[in-house]
Amino acid sequence: MTEQNEEAMLTYYKRLFPYGPYFRWLNYGNMKEHYFHNREFSFTLPDDIYIRYQSFKDQDELEEEMKKMKPQKIDLGAVYNHRPKNHRSISHFIPMEKELVFDIDMTDYDDVRNCCQGADICDKCWKFMVVAIKVLDAALRDDFGYQHLLWVFSGRRGVHCWVCDDAARALDQSARSAVAEYLQIIKGGEQQNKKVSFNYEHLHPAVSRAARIVEDHFESMMVKDQDILGSEEAIKKFLTMISDEKLRNTLEKSMLSYHDSASRWRVFEELTASTNKNKRQLSHLKEEIMLQLTYPRLDINVSKQLNHLLKSPFCVHPKTGKICVPIDPLDVEEFSPETVPTLTQLINELLELEVCDGTGKDGKSLKDYERTALNPSIQLFKKFLNNLESSWKHKRIAASDAKMEF
Amino acid sequence: MEFQSPRNTVRRTIKNSMKLRSEYPHSLQLYSVPPSETIGLQELEDWAVERLKVLRAIERVNLSKNARFSDDWKTALKNDLQKQNLNSWYQLSSSIKDDKMDEIISKTRQKDHVSHFLMRLAYCRTEEYRRWFIAQETDLFRFRFSMESSEDIRAFMKENKMNFLPIPEEEKKKILTKLIHAAQFNANKVDAVEYYKVPFTEALDLVRHRKVYLQAGFAYIPSEDLVSIITAMFRSHLSLAMALTMRSLPELEDDHRIRRLLNDFDKRYTGQDFNSLQNKSSGAAVTPEMIDGLSKQSFPLCMRHLHETLRSTHHLKHGGRMQYGLFVKGIGLSLEHSLKFWREEFSKNMDMDKFEKQYAYNIRHNYGKEGKRINYAPQSCIKIISASVGPGENHGCPFRHFDAAVLRQKMTMNRVPQPAIQEIVDLVTRHHYQIACQRYFEATHNTEIDSGIHHPNQYFIESQKILNGEVKEKIKGANKISTVPCKAWRPPAMMMAMATNVLRRITDTQENRKAMTGPQKR
Repeated sequence: MTEQNEEAMLTYYKRLFPYGPYFRWLNYGNMKEHYFHNREFSFTLPDDIYIRYQSFKDQDELEEEMKKMKPQKIDLGAVYNHRPKNHRSISHFIPMEKELVFDIDMTDYDDVRNCCQGADICDKCWKFMVVAIKVLDAALRDDFGYQHLLWVFSGRRGVHCWVCDDAARALDQSARSAVAEYLQIIKGGEQQNKKVSFNYEHLHPAVSRAARIVEDHFESMMVKDQDILGSEEAIKKFLTMISDEKLRNTLEKSMLSYHDSASRWRVFEELTASTNKNKRQLSHLKEEIMLQLTYPRLDINVSKQLNHLLKSPFCVHPKTGKICVPIDPLDVEEFSPETVPTLTQLINELLELEVCDGTGKDGKSLKDYERTALNPSIQLFKKFLNNLESSWKHKRIAASDAKMEF
Repeated sequence: MEFQSPRNTVRRTIKNSMKLRSEYPHSLQLYSVPPSETIGLQELEDWAVERLKVLRAIERVNLSKNARFSDDWKTALKNDLQKQNLNSWYQLSSSIKDDKMDEIISKTRQKDHVSHFLMRLAYCRTEEYRRWFIAQETDLFRFRFSMESSEDIRAFMKENKMNFLPIPEEEKKKILTKLIHAAQFNANKVDAVEYYKVPFTEALDLVRHRKVYLQAGFAYIPSEDLVSIITAMFRSHLSLAMALTMRSLPELEDDHRIRRLLNDFDKRYTGQDFNSLQNKSSGAAVTPEMIDGLSKQSFPLCMRHLHETLRSTHHLKHGGRMQYGLFVKGIGLSLEHSLKFWREEFSKNMDMDKFEKQYAYNIRHNYGKEGKRINYAPQSCIKIISASVGPGENHGCPFRHFDAAVLRQKMTMNRVPQPAIQEIVDLVTRHHYQIACQRYFEATHNTEIDSGIHHPNQYFIESQKILNGEVKEKIKGANKISTVPCKAWRPPAMMMAMATNVLRRITDTQENRKAMTGPQKR
């Protein structure tokens, strides 16, 4: 599917886009002045025309503009110190705040997945995303204490995470890059085979937690689905991660005497378990390899830069027509990109609704989007918003208490 | 700060030293208050030049193999400073009590204070200058901090209201295992040291390297890592101050004396940026057809690798496009040629349309034709070596980011003699990446290079100089490597002049001084 046709996009922006909740989110309870108004929106119009530095006064203006422009894609940028619209006339125009964001894209997994390449995905490789969400979700909550994490399907082959806590939005660039680097374990380019190494006695608590999560999935997704030891060639590739020549040769020999990935993996597990103790270099080998193959691969530049744009939730993906819907991290295994509603599907649903309306069914109190397959996603989004809003309530009460003292 | 013209310089008297002592109670400073006394312009310049030398020394030592702030690192820095007669910059200690010393020390501290503020002015103008300055200043602070006695440190912390409270024993017991695992301590050690609980944003360096235990947004810091937090405070304090300084700069520059001083100063930053495309008239430009040939004879390994990857896969990821794109800009490929060069290669894999939409913008951006319209400078070795390189990416420094086996193979393919390969791999295992690159240069050009390698574009210029016979080859052994002579291209004259200039600046700081103090004879 190519770019969505104009009429369909218009219908989407007229009847389906959840303006209310969307504004509630980006307005953040109006706790800070002009927070929504100073937010950068960027629209992509057909033929890749990119319009940056859009900004809107309120929900009405946003709604009106979106219906008029019918953007193929919407990106969200930072909250600036002035209206982004006027950025040219302001000499000191700087980004102040933004959600802490993470971008994980399946193309970065091309060297470890055997089922698909590039833009393609299937349920097998989607498991990489499941693991990524679990690992990062745990780290952001447990280690950094963040609570308001909005996970969003990026529309084709990846996921985004928007960390929306007040403290996260206020992080400066250097703090963002420290968090991103803390979460980045895989390091090394094409010319470096071993990309995860821990040359010390203990694994950092964050690393061992990640290793535990990864281990739960490793056999089914890597050994079985990706068949990482399925052929002689695959074994060779696997063994490039082991720098110890003696161990490598022993492994190769023993692995070749078995004929499927599962038993070959068993060989590896047993051999590393027995050689483990003596050599510091090998003591975490199994964890290192599991992490190299499955630990989330972050595009950390997206997280580091305060003014980096990221595709907004509830966009229609220009190529797949799928809606960028939120994902519930607690129920992440149930999510499948295959079942995400597409624009065409939603529009067909709307057509059917109109037929139903004609037969006199009662549904007037419901918005259109609540009567389509988009509804569960919107309910999920609202749940996220309710949690977020309760955190402001505490703040408001605290603020008014503070005033009372004077 | 008030600036006096040299004619009516007031010489500082002994009386003032009493005042100074109370003004500078401690050798470490957070530089919160700008100096307010009258200082001679000449003195001001001299102090600033000294400080610049100190910061340069730090930068130099950081490039060496020694881990930052290790004992070897400190010794190397001390030696470097001693060689330049700059001992006083780290001998500011508070523990010396003698009256005469007191005076000297106070003077030194004043010098430290004043020169810091002058350098702020000189280095606040661009993001890159600011970053460089903040990085070196922070290291200087930490270096000095590490030499203070714990008594002095306590005094310093108290004075600056840095009150950290250690966590109670029960809390420590609860998370004992985590603390052990995070810091690679043993249980006894964790037991012995005190732990402090601070918001993770105050311990970014420790967080970044996963050196502390984090829980719900708090970092648990062992007392010996407190220095990292105090340094971070110093850094954020300074970076805020730099932003403010920048805003008030127009006002300060109304004073012609200070303007002259500053204009001269910030050029001294780290030498030259190799952003050489300004050469419109002089010399021949590089065209896309010449690149294959040039890459074989004059490109450093990092760029040759990127070029070959580009040719064979018809694609480079973002990091590679930045590193390589700016490099070819720096050797003289014009924007039009650059667009042509990338388009020809990329269009083998994608349709022209996609290239124009997704990649052409970035190329124009690199040449300062889009967005903020900054003419970006080619990346230096430091930047390339410290780059983060991920799966599927080919940028970075081969000596730093390649597996030894791959590096060997690559060098063998490029016909580097075996003994040199062995030597280079040895250097790499000892983390001497730039020296390894220098050896690679020497082995492929059959000559010695005295200035070292610090920038891929400098590598290129040096190589062209030799191939064009401007520098006599110093034959070194018989293992001559054949290089295809390139007839068509000579480096543009202006670029050459710039490079020579910089090399002189870098190697000879005396030169620096002369240029700077020139117009201000006493």
